[in-house]
Order: sequence, then structure tokens, then C-alpha cells
Amino acid sequence: MSEVLLSVKGLKTYFPVKKGVFKRTVGYVKAVDDVSLDVYRGETLGIVGESGCGKTTLGKSILQLCHPTAGKVEYSFPDGVHDLMTMKGKELDDVRKRLQIVFQDPYSSLNPAFTIFGSFSDPLRKFGVRSRKDREKLVGDLLEAVNLPRSYMTRYPNEFSGGQRQRIGIARALSVSPELIICDEAVSALDVSIQAQVLKLLKELQEERSLTYIFITHDLSVVEYVSDRIAVMYLGKVVELAETDELFRDTIHPYTKALLSAIPIADITKKRKRIPLQGDVPSPVNPPSGCPFHPRCSFCQDRCRTEIPVLRRLEGTGKEHYVCCHRAEEFLAEIEGKGGNA
Amino acid sequence: MEKDTVLEVKDLNVSFYTNQRCNNVLRGISFSLRKGKTLCVVGESGCGKSVTASSVMQLLPELSRIEGGSITYRYRDEEVRIDKLGKNSSQMRALRGEEIAMIFQDPMTALNPVFTVGYQISEMLRAHMRISEKEAMARSVELLKDMGVPLPEQRVHEYPHQFSGGMRQRAMIAMAMACKPKILIADEPTTALDVTIQAQIFDLMLELKEKNDMAILLITHDMGVVAEMADDVAVMYMGNIVESGTAEEVLGSPRHPYTKALLASIPVLGRGHNQDLQPIKGSTPDPFDRPHGCQFEPRCGFSCPECSLAMPEEVIVSGTHMVRCCRCKEVV
Repeated sequence: MSEVLLSVKGLKTYFPVKKGVFKRTVGYVKAVDDVSLDVYRGETLGIVGESGCGKTTLGKSILQLCHPTAGKVEYSFPDGVHDLMTMKGKELDDVRKRLQIVFQDPYSSLNPAFTIFGSFSDPLRKFGVRSRKDREKLVGDLLEAVNLPRSYMTRYPNEFSGGQRQRIGIARALSVSPELIICDEAVSALDVSIQAQVLKLLKELQEERSLTYIFITHDLSVVEYVSDRIAVMYLGKVVELAETDELFRDTIHPYTKALLSAIPIADITKKRKRIPLQGDVPSPVNPPSGCPFHPRCSFCQDRCRTEIPVLRRLEGTGKEHYVCCHRAEEFLAEIEGKGGNA
Repeated sequence: MEKDTVLEVKDLNVSFYTNQRCNNVLRGISFSLRKGKTLCVVGESGCGKSVTASSVMQLLPELSRIEGGSITYRYRDEEVRIDKLGKNSSQMRALRGEEIAMIFQDPMTALNPVFTVGYQISEMLRAHMRISEKEAMARSVELLKDMGVPLPEQRVHEYPHQFSGGMRQRAMIAMAMACKPKILIADEPTTALDVTIQAQIFDLMLELKEKNDMAILLITHDMGVVAEMADDVAVMYMGNIVESGTAEEVLGSPRHPYTKALLASIPVLGRGHNQDLQPIKGSTPDPFDRPHGCQFEPRCGFSCPECSLAMPEEVIVSGTHMVRCCRCKEVV
């Protein structure tokens, strides 16, 4: 595969839990707990998981929008690989030009007091487009790139529908011509008929501008459509990471299997057996000992209760399939015995 | 009214009046709910799904009224016209909760944060039955146990904020099921929940349906949920039911361009990375500035001059399969 654009190594983001009059720290929410992954240039990496599993925090930690506790976020700049976590203040300007984010809620991510042009203007001025004429031309071009008329730049956000706002959000992320865009639940707040428009637009823009996406969502059907590779997260950890087709064909981790089987499929000809999961996601303040998934897992053994599994590459498949499970080899042998689980 | 029908809605019209403008939210919808079956009402936001549910429960907000049509409920072999009952009449209050119960989208806002869960369930029991507080509490424990809440004896004394999202929805269902209603109206019951919890809640609803021979009116925007749960489907667009029938009829061979377009625009799990999505062009029209004829005409790929004249009549294509489209024969 092509070169590595972004490499996350052992990233940890802990938020302190404070209690009492003196606000003493009584524990930590381990929102992102020892995550390592690579993002290749030009691909779409999907990150899925249930609410509270740390997907959004991972995105923000990569962008340095919140302060990770430990680990490395290495990005390959034209002059070599640098760790974003050691950068401060002005140094991060160059990072902001290359990495951008599209937020979930198109209603709260645009300033209602600014026209669209006003919202676009500040970042452009900061990044060197000095004359107003140039900025107007650029904003018009960007709006056209996301299929909106140029004239919309003089309007205010309240004049737009949810789908249009999300497209404006995408256009704003594109304004500094970044290399990598993190889409944090970018289509979740939209109606189904509008969702498809935005998804198609994102795919087209990727081809035109050779963008790299990190696509964060809870919706597996969407992530299957957009991603080249998928990382499944559970309680702050990546539990399975593989190419999209590989992940859906040879699902190894019991959590991924249960998650896939829980999704309602809009096709009445397909009836599957659901793998029911007991209980709720445990609290990230006080995660279970051993494998974080073990209290809900039906394949749990003694070893799972005490020993924390690490994300490792599966030997023998010849592909980049990473799983975080003690019994991964057993499950793999099972699948190979059956010739793939449909 | 047919024998196995428990609720029949005919030509229902509901309007909202705000800022001296009138919005015809429901423009003549008809459906019937069969005993022991699930009817899924599906549509995008703003199409009138929730208003349908509230009008059946007589829970419409102020400044809105039922302007025409009928809602008939079969109550002990008698037919009761719900639309004729006063919102606060004793008859309506007796029906609401005991015969027809409802669960809402967000269990956190539907439960009262200052009362214990047990108190809120027993309140329901005591409103409809003559039982003591103690008995009611004991019944609440039982109900929570039936809904699969662990440690019900302890949790019955807890407050809603101590419950997780899935558990709150279970408490809501316990409350709705307290008087063994004949109809359960579920308005997007799992939209706020994770998929694994959603699967648990749906399994619970199906189990309760079997056990009590209850009819479910499930309101959702998710085609996947429809395929999984529905016996009958009604697709709504801008205040009209544009297509209805059994799940096989509507999802298997959709005849309305909107249903077809909707199904083609959603990514389906298992179809892989290269599936072809066809987005619906444009967006839903402003309800105060509606198209003249068929509401879907400006976005439709099949539209013809006739479409912009008037809303097409209901056409029965086959069996129970109803479509409102003048070109439904060509849409296959």
C-alpha cells in the first residue's frame, strides 16, 4: 500500500474525574486507551463504535483539539515526519492547514451571527489570502465545489437546511486545501435522503482532490460504503482493524460480530440470526479487568478476565487484519474451516 | 370495521396554526392496525409521523386540531370514536394508558427526574386500578423484572438519572405495559440508543407482542428497522401516506417513486464498498409553500404534467398494497 500519512502510536487521552470540595482527582475516564493505528495517503479509514467508546475523543486528540495524556501522533510533512504532540502555538498553524475536521451537528458548528462568507473569511485571512476579492472568489469556488450556488455566501446560516449546512461545513474544511479531513459523525444528523447526497459528495471530493479521510461514525452501513479500512472501537480501545471487505467477510472479534448482527438491514430477503449482547457498555471510569469486553462476551475464558489482550496482526491471512482478542487464532481457524462466515 | 382491526384511521386531517399561518400537517391519511401485528410508519423528519401518533392518543399540542376524518378504536366490541372525545374527558383518560399506551423517543425527557422509577410506574397502575400503594409497588417490581431489568427490587427505588439509556427505555416500556394495553404506540423508541441496545429493546417488544397479543404502531425513520420489525408498512411523505401494504409488498416491490428512491439512497450493510447510492435530488419542500399536486413531484424522476395538478388518488395495486401515484403502473 501507499505511504503512511499519519501514524498514531500508543495514544492515551485520560480525563480526570474530580470530586468533593477540593476537587481532588478520584479517577480517570480512559476515553482513548493505548490506540495505535496508521492512516495511508488517499484512503478512508472508518472508525466505528457505540456511544462513549472514545471515537470522537480519538479524532480530537489527533487534531490536538484536546490534550492527550501520552503517546505519539506522527504526521508526514514534506520535510519529514514530526510528532504533533510536541508542537505548540504557532507551530500548529501548519498542522491546521493540513488537517481539518467536519463536525456532527451542522446547527451548532456555524456561527449564526456571521454570513457564510464571514465564517470562511477568518481562517482564510489567517492562512494568507489577504485581499477580499481573492477571498470572495475562493469562497465562491468552494461553494460550487459542494454543489451550492455562489450567491449563498452573503446569507446567514439560519437560511439553510441541515443538508446545506453540512455541505457548507465541508466547504469550510476544504478552504485551506487540507490533506486529511476528519469527519466526525458528519452525516448522522441528516435525513436519509440527504445523507446519500453528502456521502456521494464526500466520495467525489476525495477523487478530485486526493483527500484522506478519517470517518468517525456509529453507523456501520455508512462506514461500509465510504471506508477502505475500518477500525472498531470498544471502551477506548481498537478491538479490530481490517480492510472493509475483509472485516465483513472474516469477522474475528466477538464484539464486531455482535455489532454487525445487531444492525437492522433494509432488505427483507435477508434474515439473519442475531447474536444478543447482554447488558450495557461498562463505565469507562471503572473498566472491567482483563479484556474490556469480557463481561458481555459469550466466548469468555479465565484468561480473558485477568489478562488484557493487545492489538496484534493475525498471522497466516496474508492481509493486514489486526485483532485484540486472546482467542483470535481459534476464531480464524473456525472461519477457515468453514470457508468464510457468510 | 373488520373483525381483527383494533384501530382504524380514516381520512384524518390535522392542522397546526402558528403565526397566523396554517400548516396542514396531515392531509387525509388512512390506515388500520390489526390485532397482534406491527404497523411501521416510516418517513423523513417533518413528514407527520409523530403527529399521527399524537392524534391517536389525543395528545396534540395547543393551536392544532383534527379538522376531519375519524379515528375509531374497538373497545370491548364497541366502536369508540377517539376523535370525538375531549382531550381531557374521563373516557379519553381511561383509554389512554389502559387501552392504548405510548413510549417516546427520549426516555430521559419522558421520565420525571424528581420521582423514583417505581413511583412513576405505580402511579400509572393506581390511576387505572383500585390497588394500594404497596401492591402497586410490588407490581412495579414484577413489571421491571419482566422487562429484563436486573435487580428490580433495588432499582425500583432509584431515580431515572441512575439508569442507563437502555434501562430507562425498559422502564418506559414497563410503564406502558403496566395495564396490558391492546395497542402500543412506539415513537422512535430506539433512536437515542446504540445498535446493540436497540436490538435488545426490539426483542423485548416482539416478545411482549406475542405474549399479550398486542398491536404495535412503530414510528421510525430507519428502513432497516422496518424490514426487521414490520408486518405492515405505511410510507409517509409531507403529510400523506404515499404507499402502504405488507412489508413484502412495500419493501419487496415498491411502486411509489419515493419509496423506491428512499430504498436506493441508503447504504445497506453487506453490499460492500462499491454499492451504487442514488441520492434523492433537492430537499423536502417548505410546509407553508407546498407543491400544488403530488408533494413529491419536484423531486421525482417519473413526474409528468398531470402530477402537478392534484394529489393522486389511492390506487390498490394488488391485495392490500396501496399507492398514491398516477404512474404507479410504470414504476416497477
